[in-house]
Amino acid sequence: MSAVDAAFVRRSPPKGAGFDPIFKWTCAFAATVLLASLTGIVIALAIGGAPAFAKFGFGFFTNSHWNPVTEVYGAEGPIVGTLISAILALIFSLPIAFGVAVFLVEFCPGPLRRPIGVAVELLAGIPSIVYGMWGLFVFAPLFAQYVQLPLMTAAPPGSIWDTLTQGTPNGANIFTASIILAIMILPYMAAVLRDLFLTVPVHLRESGYGMGSTTFEVITSITLPYVRRSAIGAVMLGLGRALGETMAVTFVIGNSHLLPKSLFDSGSTIASTIANEFNESTTDMHTASLIALGLVLFLITFVVLAIARALLGADKTA
Amino acid sequence: MLKTIMAVAACATLALGAGSAAQATDISGAGATFPAPVYAKWAETYKAQTGTAVNYQAIGSGGGIKQIKAKTVEFGATDKPLKADELAASGLFQFPTVMGGVVPVINVPGVGPGQVRLTGALLGAIYLGEIKKWNDPHITAINKGVNLPGLPITVVHRSDGSGTSFVYTNYLALKNATWKAKVGASDSVEWPAGIGGKGNDGVAAVVKQTIGSIGYVEYAYAKQNHMTYTKLQAAAGGFVDPTAANFAAAASHGQWSAAQGFYLLLLDQPGANSWPITAATFILVYKQQPNAAVGSTILKFFDWAYKQGDPQAAQLDYVPLPANVKALVRKAWLDVKGPDGKPIYVSH
Repeated sequence: MSAVDAAFVRRSPPKGAGFDPIFKWTCAFAATVLLASLTGIVIALAIGGAPAFAKFGFGFFTNSHWNPVTEVYGAEGPIVGTLISAILALIFSLPIAFGVAVFLVEFCPGPLRRPIGVAVELLAGIPSIVYGMWGLFVFAPLFAQYVQLPLMTAAPPGSIWDTLTQGTPNGANIFTASIILAIMILPYMAAVLRDLFLTVPVHLRESGYGMGSTTFEVITSITLPYVRRSAIGAVMLGLGRALGETMAVTFVIGNSHLLPKSLFDSGSTIASTIANEFNESTTDMHTASLIALGLVLFLITFVVLAIARALLGADKTA
Repeated sequence: MLKTIMAVAACATLALGAGSAAQATDISGAGATFPAPVYAKWAETYKAQTGTAVNYQAIGSGGGIKQIKAKTVEFGATDKPLKADELAASGLFQFPTVMGGVVPVINVPGVGPGQVRLTGALLGAIYLGEIKKWNDPHITAINKGVNLPGLPITVVHRSDGSGTSFVYTNYLALKNATWKAKVGASDSVEWPAGIGGKGNDGVAAVVKQTIGSIGYVEYAYAKQNHMTYTKLQAAAGGFVDPTAANFAAAASHGQWSAAQGFYLLLLDQPGANSWPITAATFILVYKQQPNAAVGSTILKFFDWAYKQGDPQAAQLDYVPLPANVKALVRKAWLDVKGPDGKPIYVSH
């Protein structure tokens, strides 16, 4: 009986099984290409930037003078500008992205859900150069007139507000760049957060409501804990985009390599500096310094992701 | 390593740009963005007349110099002329094609185009941040009768490396000793004051949006956008307007025959009408052409442009070269040799 069963159960190899190894190696190749290009980029940036690191040493990070004439390059201004603009952008856009996602999932009337969802996705698809042009020609003048000037004139002289709002009232500054960045990463984060909220099993949320929870309680005690891990990932991706965004920022940030002294001071980011100067850099040290900047941006992004991972790890053990 | 990668990438881009129907006589070049519109116009007309295609990629002067040195293009174009020793070191030959001028533009309420007079030394002091208000005595002293308000001056400069900045900072360095010592001249410098706009349009937008600002743009850009330009003091002492005639005046006084490798910035030229910030844009080719057919096609194209291209250049607000300069260039072309050691092109 059992022998018959065994004979019956033994199956012949499925048709086309010979294809499996090929499939396996193709997939392995795809994964290798990814790793190889990552390594290649890091190596190319390190080799290209080596002359700048060798010449300026640690001063490359702490010197705020970027002088193509004397060939002395210090990247403190662009590095600080990158961090400030990206973090401000995240602070501006996170609450709104969260609100949009919660509204779409919890409160939005059925017929409106789809149009709003499509609008969010369309916004995410607008090329960054368009945001840059709009920022420069439309947003910056309005911002200067209705936000910057009133804030500047209202600030008590000598106070911290006075320091924070100093600058030229023309809308080309770090603050404007942060707002443009926030608008750019907002739809992206909102769309990902909405998709994440939708992955929460309906029975979990319904149980919460069944126990008499308010929507706020369901969101904070059920939905958010359920998606926390992925949500932080989504936020970090948004931050990554803000750190590396180039054209839109270049248009509105004012492009000064000096260390920004206030929120309304003009500044620069790593990406905007590279975009501005790479085409016309004729000397080797200028090119090397720009490539070194690229490596620094790469490292910053890497550190941001690493910190996010570490936070998630700590969170998991708690 | 990286240079090779970039050169290969540039090659691939150019090959794609040249298209599949490339003929033996088609030529390709890359470089300065400033003359790109007139080169495109010339190339279009030339193709219609002769069937020869001239592919030009506007990648910036620095890029043009890099590409011709890497031999990925057949001619390079630059707003920033190479000095004679650099030309000799890389075996390149340089000649001017058309000219333009850099024009200071301002946004001061109640002041119209050409009303404000400035000097090179004053411009330097303004860009250094030493003169901070429009009613500074230094400015009002040469602007009697113009009602200049006590507005703070906002300095606007190019954020991207640019031939325009190269010419402009050279002028400031020439006329203002402090500028020369503290900042210097290059296609991008460490600006002591102000904010940067990307490209001519970026500078123009910031100037238009900022009351009390001053910037500098290409003449064609200032003219087409009806911007408020200033007069500048010519070398002879009088104040001149930025007009095509005044650029031509500056060019006609240029000492081209004494300029080795045609390295000449037409700054502060003599003559009562010479606009002080005038500059030509240049073409770079190899002195020793590996392929006589390609080399002669390049020179033939630019000779055609010298003969027939002036109206189109003027239409696009460029300034054609004076006839005596063209004659000098044609003579110098005899130095461009083919593989057989003979001049590859003789103009008739």
